Amino acid sequence: MADNTQAAEERVLMKGNEVLAEAAMRAGCRFFFGYPITPQTELAAYMAKKLPLIGGTFLQAESEVAAINMVYGAGAAGGRVMTSSSSPGVSLKSEGASYMAGADVPGVIVNVMRGGPGLGGIQPSQSDYFQATRALGHGDYFMPVLAPSTVQEMADLIYEAFDLADEYRTPTMILADGMIGQMMEPVTLPPARDPESLPAKPWATNGHGGKRAHNVVNSLYLSPEKLEDTNRERFERYEEIKAKHQRQELMTCDDAEIVVVAFGAASRIARTAVRDARAKGIKAGLLRPITLWPFPTKAIDQVIENGAKHFLSVELNMGQMVEDVRLAAAGRATVDFYGRTGGVLPTPEEVLEQIEHLANGEAVAPSAGGAKAAGSVLPHPIDRKSSYERGE
Amino acid sequence: MAKSNAVTLPDYQVERIGSQIAEGETIKSARPHALTDAIFNYCPGCTHGIVNRLVAECIDELGIEGKTIGVAPVGCSVMCYDFFNCDMIEAAHGRAPAVATGVKRVHPNNVVFAYQGDGDLASIGTAETVHAATRGEKITVIFINNAIYGMTGGQMAPTSLPNQVTQTSPYGRDVSAAGYPVRISELLSTLDGVAYVERVTCDSRQHIMQAKKAIKKAFQNQIDGIGYSLVEVVATCPTNWGMTPLDAFQWLRDNMLPYYPLGVYKDVVADGYANAAEAALDRAKDCPIAQQKKED
Repeated sequence: MADNTQAAEERVLMKGNEVLAEAAMRAGCRFFFGYPITPQTELAAYMAKKLPLIGGTFLQAESEVAAINMVYGAGAAGGRVMTSSSSPGVSLKSEGASYMAGADVPGVIVNVMRGGPGLGGIQPSQSDYFQATRALGHGDYFMPVLAPSTVQEMADLIYEAFDLADEYRTPTMILADGMIGQMMEPVTLPPARDPESLPAKPWATNGHGGKRAHNVVNSLYLSPEKLEDTNRERFERYEEIKAKHQRQELMTCDDAEIVVVAFGAASRIARTAVRDARAKGIKAGLLRPITLWPFPTKAIDQVIENGAKHFLSVELNMGQMVEDVRLAAAGRATVDFYGRTGGVLPTPEEVLEQIEHLANGEAVAPSAGGAKAAGSVLPHPIDRKSSYERGE
Repeated sequence: MAKSNAVTLPDYQVERIGSQIAEGETIKSARPHALTDAIFNYCPGCTHGIVNRLVAECIDELGIEGKTIGVAPVGCSVMCYDFFNCDMIEAAHGRAPAVATGVKRVHPNNVVFAYQGDGDLASIGTAETVHAATRGEKITVIFINNAIYGMTGGQMAPTSLPNQVTQTSPYGRDVSAAGYPVRISELLSTLDGVAYVERVTCDSRQHIMQAKKAIKKAFQNQIDGIGYSLVEVVATCPTNWGMTPLDAFQWLRDNMLPYYPLGVYKDVVADGYANAAEAALDRAKDCPIAQQKKED
């Protein structure tokens, strides 16, 4: 696979994180800047091994902050570039993401999510939904967020993400999680593209060579009117993205009265629960957002037209995407939430139980606790006393 | 137009100012091509303007404007992307070395420089500075040290002197609480990736010429692939020091230069090495693993 520019489509068994790396290279990515963190580790390791073999650059930065700013520089210089991290590291990338958006610099940011807040844990989670879909950093901007649910989609979505980033001159995020990152599945890798064949970037800062005026990549506008204009122009691009690029998968939604909304790892569990509900005669369906931003509002409209009465947002967090479901449903259907957090995965049975509650006109049960529900003693989750006061 | 120019006007200058020259007038100095027509936003007596011009003159003399990409900082020189005629990128506060790294890795044959102040380079961007230097990024860094945050109105900088009064050290920098100034040239000269570090100033004609020589060398080093080069310019900030420009230069001589002595802190070529990598290899000559040759 050394001569990556020649690699043809092929079917292999690979780990999700490695597929992200391999498919990125096949998409023409030649520059990777990152900093070690679990559970995205294999992605960077794969890049370190493979990128130099095809004339690319892998650089382990001194920090996530430096890594994203290297991405900003390489992207501004016209390179097809990416970085990857996991939740705590992505927080550090928020500064650079905002500058990239403000200066219209394309690049791909991968977040293989783990539990939070703070250092959190290293098990799969979806608790960075708000952070991703509200665009990480400060200022008026969004970024496209693509959420793979299989290893195959890891390949497909990152392959497209680079084109989306270039076309709209925007940072673009792959929001995966530790489960899909760590699992192995058969995958058809896309054929490799030669970076030289990609569309030109006349705005890039690559040396004017005396042939044009100097290019400036910048996000500073001291005139409020000018800053407003640039933000408005950017939001016109966002409107186009919303119109053209909402994506989702619908399963048994044609006549569904109860629609489970779930993405990524949670959607794999929800899929089983919806199938089981159908087997029990419940008119359940699955709406799986593939783009989290833009959120697939048109699909929500469609399933409501088809007769959906209840939405159940199933997430690996305390309830984040449920807010977008509520906004999209706009009072036309009930919207409930069920989720597990901290790296705990719900079972299909747990989700099925909630679907049954909705089918019976009952309230959805509050999400079960982790260690507490399992009967073990928690140290002091809501104890506000100091360890001294507790006599420890 | 007048033909008795003291310097030969390049074509672009004829286009720019030719029509403004009256018969018999003499041009003694022409604006470098690498500077745009934009008017500097620097205060009177501030040395940023001089250093911007020196950088532009060096770019002109080396004939590299078309292949140069500059990275502007956050601070008083934040707008220098409008002043330099080469391609420019505006970086986040302190991140210029990381941004420059990204550019240089995409275009290794281009010339990439970062222009940064002391808060940018030596406080919020210390990590980026130290690591770009230790990686031996083949970039050129121009470091303006005026011992204060100028743009935000005169706060204590990492390089503010002991007992220096600023907005955020109103009783003078108390070293027992705020610590000591960072001496960047001394610090970076210890790093293996660094090829060249010199500290200069711009308080006199002689020093300005020396500063230009250092800046030009820092660019030439990059062109020759010798390694990371940084020129620290001990600079003035009359506005935030609360002094007239003349008093500011005197204060610089009296207080800044004894704390920040001028001179070359590292120059691998003068030390007899071809580049920073060769010097680093020699320094680690007793470390077997560091001496291993990479097999292709």
